[in-house]
Amino acid sequence: MLLEVRDLHVEFRTRDGAAHAVNGVTYAVDAGETLAVLGESGSGKSVTAQAVMGILDMPPGRITGGEIRFQDRDLLTLKEEERRRVRGAGMAMIFQDALSALNPVLTVGDQLGEMFRVHRGMSRRAARAEAVRLMDRVRIPAAAQRVGDYPHQFSGGMRQRIMIAMALALEPDLIIADEPTTALDVTVQAQVMDLLAELRREYDMGLVLITHDLGVVADVADKIAVMYAGRIVETAPVHDIYKRPAHPYTRGLLDSVPRLDRKGRELYAIKGLPPSLRAVPPGCAFHPRCPMARDVCRTDVPPLYEVSEDRGSACHFWRECLDG
Amino acid sequence: MAEPAAPGGRASTTAPAEPVLEVSGLVKHYPLTQGVLFKKQVGAVRAVDGVDFVLGRGETLGIVGESGCGKSTVAKLLCHLERPTAGTIRYRGEDVTRLSGRALKAVRRNVQMVFQDPYTSLNPRMTVGDIVGEPYEIHPEAAPKGDRRRRVRELLDVVGLDPDYVNRYPHQFSGGQRQRIGIARGLALRPEVIVADEPVSALDVSVQAQVINLMERLQDEFDLSYVFIAHDLSIVRHISDRVGVMYLGRIVETGTDTEIYEHPTHPYTQALLSAVPVPDPEARAHRDRIILSGDVPSPAAVPSGCRFRTRCFKARERCALEVPELAVPAEFRHQQGPAAHDSACLFAAERQVVR
Repeated sequence: MLLEVRDLHVEFRTRDGAAHAVNGVTYAVDAGETLAVLGESGSGKSVTAQAVMGILDMPPGRITGGEIRFQDRDLLTLKEEERRRVRGAGMAMIFQDALSALNPVLTVGDQLGEMFRVHRGMSRRAARAEAVRLMDRVRIPAAAQRVGDYPHQFSGGMRQRIMIAMALALEPDLIIADEPTTALDVTVQAQVMDLLAELRREYDMGLVLITHDLGVVADVADKIAVMYAGRIVETAPVHDIYKRPAHPYTRGLLDSVPRLDRKGRELYAIKGLPPSLRAVPPGCAFHPRCPMARDVCRTDVPPLYEVSEDRGSACHFWRECLDG
Repeated sequence: MAEPAAPGGRASTTAPAEPVLEVSGLVKHYPLTQGVLFKKQVGAVRAVDGVDFVLGRGETLGIVGESGCGKSTVAKLLCHLERPTAGTIRYRGEDVTRLSGRALKAVRRNVQMVFQDPYTSLNPRMTVGDIVGEPYEIHPEAAPKGDRRRRVRELLDVVGLDPDYVNRYPHQFSGGQRQRIGIARGLALRPEVIVADEPVSALDVSVQAQVINLMERLQDEFDLSYVFIAHDLSIVRHISDRVGVMYLGRIVETGTDTEIYEHPTHPYTQALLSAVPVPDPEARAHRDRIILSGDVPSPAAVPSGCRFRTRCFKARERCALEVPELAVPAEFRHQQGPAAHDSACLFAAERQVVR
């Protein structure tokens, strides 16, 4: 297994008490595999990714438990210097907002080249050539001419390509993409997702795709982990989950997508709001919004039940949910 | 330049029965100037460049398009937040673009807006009661002073918020609740038309459905007409009776939701629809995806002829020379059926991209 996150706990110290952003998350990605982490804002999907990358702000963040194994090494026990070597060469991250992730006062050539200068000790000239090669690789037109341009001179889609180029620079084994296309228009999103899928195949990389878009997940993922209030509530191969969800939250999300046969009628809407991480409801965190909730849901936290060999659901009544 | 069509002159396939808003030849150019002391106009950002549509009573017109296509500028023009460079907006037959002062104020009451970002469109220092009641300060004739508090509480109830929240501040609410406050404010003056510019795109998936349902309920209850602007094609389809697809300041295709989604004839619409990820992994294999090359050109340098030709997979020489008119294409003109709807393409042809 390329990456294994085991029972990860992350909390944030705030003035109003600790916010438990991640409460025992477990997932795994293999080489050449795409795992989609699906969740709404505040579900802990990005915090988990930041902990894996080792870019979590600590403090106020704190990893209070768990393991992150990458190529059979526990990252949490590594020294910062070793960790830095893993970052970039072993795993890389693509952020949502390329304009704020790139440095506005350096040319894209400098920023791409920096990867090679720092990690590979290349000369300025050689790093520049590598930058051009990368820009070409992510299909930025006229790469040799544009290598001296600044980020603001590129369009949103082109900037996201530069982010991808930067992540690919050292040919990492794992890429974590945090909402890589959320800020883009659909026609550009299609271009970028296509490129990402192609590169993943070519380099046989593992990909963790963090998103809230059920459509994007269906398009590219092999398997899904659905997060809610800092926990994984369901995990399954992509085909199974869309056909027969085993958790009422997943079912609610799928049902609230506008569909042809439901035009003119009310959309299904999950009632209520996602909980505050400072006051996660006792028992199953989803119970106040769940149409199936019973007494046991208010008191007992459901474990991730094994639905089948490669599926899990954190619902006491997953069998009922599966049967619709 | 766009050729503004004579109002009502075009044989539209789906003219609504009782028009509330009639927009024709709507143009908004923002001048680009050079020089400090002697400003000289060197060009223009052609944000909206000849838009026509009719909005019927109780109807929802969806406008879709990518960022920079001018859909938000259209929204601002409809609400008189901007003055058009050319063209007319008729509200119940009266051209409101020439109005000013009291007459404009009276018309404005009837067209209200709901904004995209519920985090910045509500004043953080005002209580919810003051925000929702503010329209009454501007239009005192809408509600007598003693009655306003009660009306505000009623409005909050209508949009599904607890009326006892009147004294709270926006930051005490979630995104979805804030959007409900924005909708309550939009309803305060009992308008006929609500222009909603991306009303749900800042919200979480599970909350989007709640707000869409609310808007549909309110439409029935208050007999509202909506101009619903969004980039999410599936939501637009769900809520709209008719849809207009915008590209670089113009509507390139318009028709009923079935005509646009199931029988698109404009290559841009086809590409847009095919690019939308479908939440069904089974659809992966048998989808007809059209990947466009490049980005939307700058509205300050609009291509000649058909403005989509620089990204179009069908572009030929003729496209650079001729501006395609938004009308039923010749090959469908004598034909009945859903493919016969307005489409501004010289080589319009049906292509099913979603099933």
